[in-house]
Amino acid sequence: MALIVVPEPPFEAWLTALDQQMARSAGFFVDRPVVVNLSAMAEADDDPAQVLAALEARDLRIIGVEGVDMAALRGTPWFGATLAAPGREGKPDKFIDLPEAAAPTPPEPPPPEPVRRPSLLINRPVRSGQSIVFEEGDVTVIGPVSSGAEIIAGGSIHIYGTLRGRAVAGLLGGAEARIFCTRLAAELLAIDGLYRTADHWGHGLQGKPVQVWLDDKELRLAALE
Amino acid sequence: MSKVLVVTSGKGGVGKTTSSAALGAALAQAGKNVVVVDFDVGLRNLDLIMGAERRVVFDLVNVVQGDAKLAQALIRDKRVETLSLLPASQTRDKDALTPEGVERVIDELREKFDWIVCDSPAGIERGATLAMRHADMAVVVTNPEVSSVRDSDRIIGLLDSKTARAEAGETIEKHLLLTRYDATRAARGEMLKVEDVLEILAIPLLGIIPDSEDVLKASNVGCPVTLHNPLSGPARAYAEAARRLLGETIAVTMPVEKKSLMSRWFGRSVA
Repeated sequence: MALIVVPEPPFEAWLTALDQQMARSAGFFVDRPVVVNLSAMAEADDDPAQVLAALEARDLRIIGVEGVDMAALRGTPWFGATLAAPGREGKPDKFIDLPEAAAPTPPEPPPPEPVRRPSLLINRPVRSGQSIVFEEGDVTVIGPVSSGAEIIAGGSIHIYGTLRGRAVAGLLGGAEARIFCTRLAAELLAIDGLYRTADHWGHGLQGKPVQVWLDDKELRLAALE
Repeated sequence: MSKVLVVTSGKGGVGKTTSSAALGAALAQAGKNVVVVDFDVGLRNLDLIMGAERRVVFDLVNVVQGDAKLAQALIRDKRVETLSLLPASQTRDKDALTPEGVERVIDELREKFDWIVCDSPAGIERGATLAMRHADMAVVVTNPEVSSVRDSDRIIGLLDSKTARAEAGETIEKHLLLTRYDATRAARGEMLKVEDVLEILAIPLLGIIPDSEDVLKASNVGCPVTLHNPLSGPARAYAEAARRLLGETIAVTMPVEKKSLMSRWFGRSVA
């Protein structure tokens, strides 16, 4: 079964669209015989030979040309390849829908925007009983986080002060999230659902500047020296 | 310009009522027109501490609900004439207070007095939130002990979010009053040190009230400690705290253990 390719004016734009299509679905034309129908190009000024050359340059296996006066192709390799099958005219061909290929010039998809990481800044003490929940990203606290208070962040948590309450980071599956505090006296630390209470890390790190991260599903703490 | 001061703590039994009475009396002794309002509806104590329990006819709930006029419920102190008391009701509970009624009473009190001292009940529920609702400033009463400090921290958070001032985007002045402080026990590590409490609560220190039997004695005779024994340690500390509330800058005196090591040991073995 041969594919019928119908170039349309303006040819340059059509060719660009074809290139994009081929980039998206590589291998679509590989080893598939192609019949080029130039009827849509009849009104355009483009030289049919150049049109065919441009297609061949894209490794299309052209086995036939139709919809064009064969005289125009005299002297080219495609002369005589015309499929003048009588009765073809008016009988609709079965079109194969090329995925997204129909639009003549699909707008260039904008390059993916760099992932925005919003952050929340709190420059006052977080008191006992207060709960700061920020699922969108990182939380920075300038001041202490009291016993009985909690910071819950989608991203990392930075505390410039004593952390006495709870810090829950990486709420949205963020195994990369970390917790930093200038003085550790926390009740509970958690990253990506993995939590530890103060019993776990003992007295060694108490009162020290500490960072907390996830290392292969293991919550790790280390003093920031 | 009148000031509404709430005396609050979150935790019970730390000395809110004693401090309300002592600060109210000290402010009145300094010549200000002061009313002390008991918000602890159902568990009223301020009338006892102020020695007015036999003069209560109408109370805060009556005024809030419109059953009595403010002037009928106010009790003027017999010792300091610029000091008044608005007692709580003992037979009702906190649900008898309505936000609108409390606001109306506070507005009315603002017209009559320089200082309105609201003695908050313990807890963080209706009674406590209504007591702090219209405050311009707060005295947070804290004992040097971890549970009291954490509860105070909670209350400070509420002061910063649930008061009328906070909701209007304004700040509410907060002061720490450390009560029942025993320098000896703090030195031995049995109590939190002043700097530990200040580090956690991060609000300015209004005063340190030493743990003293003078406070209990004054309570039992129904007299604010600043009136009962003005030369005692707690009375002087409260008087200084009141002067700081009035805007004076006085260095906070740290209570120190005056006895020698030997006499302290002998003293303890006798006690």
